[in-house]
Amino acid sequence: MSVDAQMNTEPVREPAIHVHAMEKSYGDLHVLRGVDLDVARGSIFALLGSNGAGKTTVVKILSTTLRSDAGTATVDGFDVAAQPANVRESISLTGQFAAVDEILTGRENLVLMARLRRVKDAGHVADDLLARFQLTDAAKRRVGTYSGGMRRRLDIAMSLIGDPPVIFLDEPTTGLDPQSRLEVWSTVKDLAGQGATVLLTTQYLDEAEQLADRIAILHEGRIIANGTLAELKQLLPPAKVEYVQKQPTLEDVFLAIVGADGKVGDSGIAASAPTSEEHR
Amino acid sequence: MTKRFFGDTALLTGRSLRHITRSPDTIITTTITPIALMLLFVYVFGGAIHSGSGSYVNYLLPGILLITIASSIAYTAYRLFVDMQSGIFERFQSMPIARSSVLWAHVLTSLVATMVSLTVVVLVALLMSFRSGAGVLAWLAVAAILILFTMALTWLAVIAGLSAKTVDGAGAFSYPLIFLPFISSAFVPTTAMPGPVRAFAENQPVTPIVNTIRDLYAQQPVSSGIWTALAWCLGILVVAYALAMAAYHRKIS
Repeated sequence: MSVDAQMNTEPVREPAIHVHAMEKSYGDLHVLRGVDLDVARGSIFALLGSNGAGKTTVVKILSTTLRSDAGTATVDGFDVAAQPANVRESISLTGQFAAVDEILTGRENLVLMARLRRVKDAGHVADDLLARFQLTDAAKRRVGTYSGGMRRRLDIAMSLIGDPPVIFLDEPTTGLDPQSRLEVWSTVKDLAGQGATVLLTTQYLDEAEQLADRIAILHEGRIIANGTLAELKQLLPPAKVEYVQKQPTLEDVFLAIVGADGKVGDSGIAASAPTSEEHR
Repeated sequence: MTKRFFGDTALLTGRSLRHITRSPDTIITTTITPIALMLLFVYVFGGAIHSGSGSYVNYLLPGILLITIASSIAYTAYRLFVDMQSGIFERFQSMPIARSSVLWAHVLTSLVATMVSLTVVVLVALLMSFRSGAGVLAWLAVAAILILFTMALTWLAVIAGLSAKTVDGAGAFSYPLIFLPFISSAFVPTTAMPGPVRAFAENQPVTPIVNTIRDLYAQQPVSSGIWTALAWCLGILVVAYALAMAAYHRKIS
């Protein structure tokens, strides 16, 4: 690792994503008012913000589907305005809503993406991804019959075809149930583990906390905070030690009963047992 | 780059053609209005219409074919609109493919779907004893005019699909197009119409196109109307294509 870093000093140090003074308005609405950020290669970067903060606009500009009014941005070393074709070779976009073809089957969706990306042996690539995302059983069903979690898994699987070095995930877990959310999280961690750079947007604080190496807070069109979780925590007064009785959250209860893998486990039977006792 | 354009267009056309084979109801609903009109006019109103010598179904078919095209391209706008809504359009735009192939795939799909619908309608007309002694060349000429008209209306549909705000809006633009043949020589000769209506009927695109196809089927020498017909088709095609491209570039910038 250290040898690699020394041999390729330049490419390794250059950030995967570099944004400087990015501005975008829709008419009188100034969505972005000068955004600056850098995302290091192989890291997970979370762009945190409430609805309407401009997160999706940043992602759209970086993925070349929208032009900025001012500022510069490079992705994988390519300028998004001047070299959009090169940028598209380097990225994949998973939008806010699962962008899958509902009439095709899951496998057909993957094969189509693989062919469009000119990947060799598209069928084989599709089958591998189906297995990796636990969609093999549903491979031949129309996506219209899939659950929200399955759609999102397929959506992300479609993004991974061709192994793009930079991956944009726009609110990847919005609208998902807790289990699917955990699945998406582990997928994202895997991606970064394999060397991909991930920029994800989220409105969930715990998601940023769980996944991201660095977190930037986008508020009213500007980045108002940017750092690691530890750095952001230092912005607040030092932590106090308080003793609080910890109640399980509803999510803890839900996952304990249902089982984190989605199958009803022993705990599920145990939880329902007292009820059946009472009936006797 | 051109190689990529053709390859990507072929892949994406295959995708949307699969939509049609999986929901053949789009073909059925496209053909049902023209077939119902044909039945109604031939078997109910036809006896009272003086369209000159020859059977009324022979007189009627050209106009019915144009109505078929107009109702078929409503689905073109619908399919494009659904792609925009679902986000798959944006996904394609962020991929390393020839970007315009996304639009061309919809256009080619529209052409294929419309040709299938036209074939169905012609077969029904044959069952209703439509007869033509036209040779291969005349049939090819008819096909060429219908393809040109389909392409012109398809690019209109692309504008609607790209700029519509709702599903209903995406399809609604085709209603006036379906209605247009009623105020033309498609159902009755224009000579029976009162002055201003007749003036409109004789100077709108449907009349010269219908007259030309009718002449070709009837093995008559085509009148100079064919040039008016072609001029209308090409004119609509060029203007609609330019506007569609402008709408497209607004969407992706």
